[in-house]
Amino acid sequence: MTTLTVVEAGALSTVQDFGRPGQAALGIGRSGACDRGAHRLANALVGNHPTLATIEVTLGGLALQTDEDVVVATTGARCPGVPHLAPFTLSAGETLRLGFPPAGLRTYLAVRGGVDVEPVLGSRASDILSGLGPPPLEAGATLPVGTSPRPEPGVDVAPVPEPSGDRLLVQVTPGPRRDWFDDAAWDLLTSQVYEVDSQSNRVGVRLTGDPLPRLREGELVSEGMVRGAIQIPPSGLPVLFLADHPVTGGYPVIAYVDDLDVDRCAQLRPGQEIRFTTTAVR
Amino acid sequence: MRILPSGSRALLLEFDSLEDVLAQYAALQDADLPVLDIVPAGRTILVIGDRDADLRSLAGQLETIEPGEHSGHSGAPVEVPVRYDGEDLADAADALGCSTDELVRRHLEEQWTVAFCGFAPGFGYLAGTKFEWDTPRRESPRTKVPAGSLALAGEFTGVYPRESPGGWQLIGHALVDAFDLDRDPPALLAPGASVRFVESS
Repeated sequence: MTTLTVVEAGALSTVQDFGRPGQAALGIGRSGACDRGAHRLANALVGNHPTLATIEVTLGGLALQTDEDVVVATTGARCPGVPHLAPFTLSAGETLRLGFPPAGLRTYLAVRGGVDVEPVLGSRASDILSGLGPPPLEAGATLPVGTSPRPEPGVDVAPVPEPSGDRLLVQVTPGPRRDWFDDAAWDLLTSQVYEVDSQSNRVGVRLTGDPLPRLREGELVSEGMVRGAIQIPPSGLPVLFLADHPVTGGYPVIAYVDDLDVDRCAQLRPGQEIRFTTTAVR
Repeated sequence: MRILPSGSRALLLEFDSLEDVLAQYAALQDADLPVLDIVPAGRTILVIGDRDADLRSLAGQLETIEPGEHSGHSGAPVEVPVRYDGEDLADAADALGCSTDELVRRHLEEQWTVAFCGFAPGFGYLAGTKFEWDTPRRESPRTKVPAGSLALAGEFTGVYPRESPGGWQLIGHALVDAFDLDRDPPALLAPGASVRFVESS
């Protein structure tokens, strides 16, 4: 069986797919790729079924070798040193090195046949919050590669927009606890420019800016939430939930980012700016 | 039941009581809905639609579903063997205004129902029906609560499925894993299930 060997793991590289939907009632979050569109495209470029697992690489730094020639592709944040948005062959013994991306946060590396680690509860995703799924990659780890019965797509390059380092503008809609905040707080949420905090991770994007005052005191009984939720903890600083968010949360959700736009938010880097708007962006 | 917006893929159903949540959750599980996930909680149920689900028509469908009989008190209860030897047993008894023996007796006699899961895979929030439970959380949460700890907080009791931080009062430990990947299903305590604790020596 073909295997990939991790030479260097980088800051955080994990195996990801579309996660574990349907089990949230048991306290099991969905998890999966933070930028689902980029994960899907990486698989498409090597002729994989979209549900096969890819490697999600945070800020580059991953180096890999293979024992047999494999077809691979990278999507998401463009890393120097490798072709991007285009399938290519990595030869046996050759080392693939992903440099530090000039923009964007997460790169998806697909290998034809998929990363074939053992699934846990139906998914190969690493959930950093619950600890389910394969552990983050470490140097020396070997990953089995599966096979794909699908034809190679014969695409040279996928012309898609790439993550940029510019200020991101995303549309929000009122969340279930919008009424815990007055109109002034809502106006503040949808007018100020937030900066992405360095404590952000796969659980959520933490933002810094002027805190939002709450209209209501007291605790909310924990309730279920999906990715894209913007929670306001007592600090008044928003947390935008990504793939590994908790299944339920006890802080009020003032707003939601549309599910499709969460992919773009997942590419935000610490220090980058984001602004929320109530008008359509796309 | 109130329907609240919860993003482009989900709706949040809000209820007056946990009883109402359990009854509606039972009905939703039996209904044929275009949904990916149904997540009960203390006063709400989150309904996450399929990728192509139209939330407006899903809301219309949800409006028509009558609450069901929640299975908690019909099926045989899940029996969980425990030992009441937790570090906070005396503190929890003080907070509830009773002796430790009295607390243990009440905890054993209680008819518990798994109201919902959250916090960690397999962490069930179990609510009682006979006694009033209102246990304050510890003033400062522990950074490490051992796996299997039996604990109280607010109106709930629960068993920590794995070592994690936590602020609940530890009253003992369970002699069975609350979450085991080698078991099918891995979670011992699923929402709606009735639970009895059994003292084991």
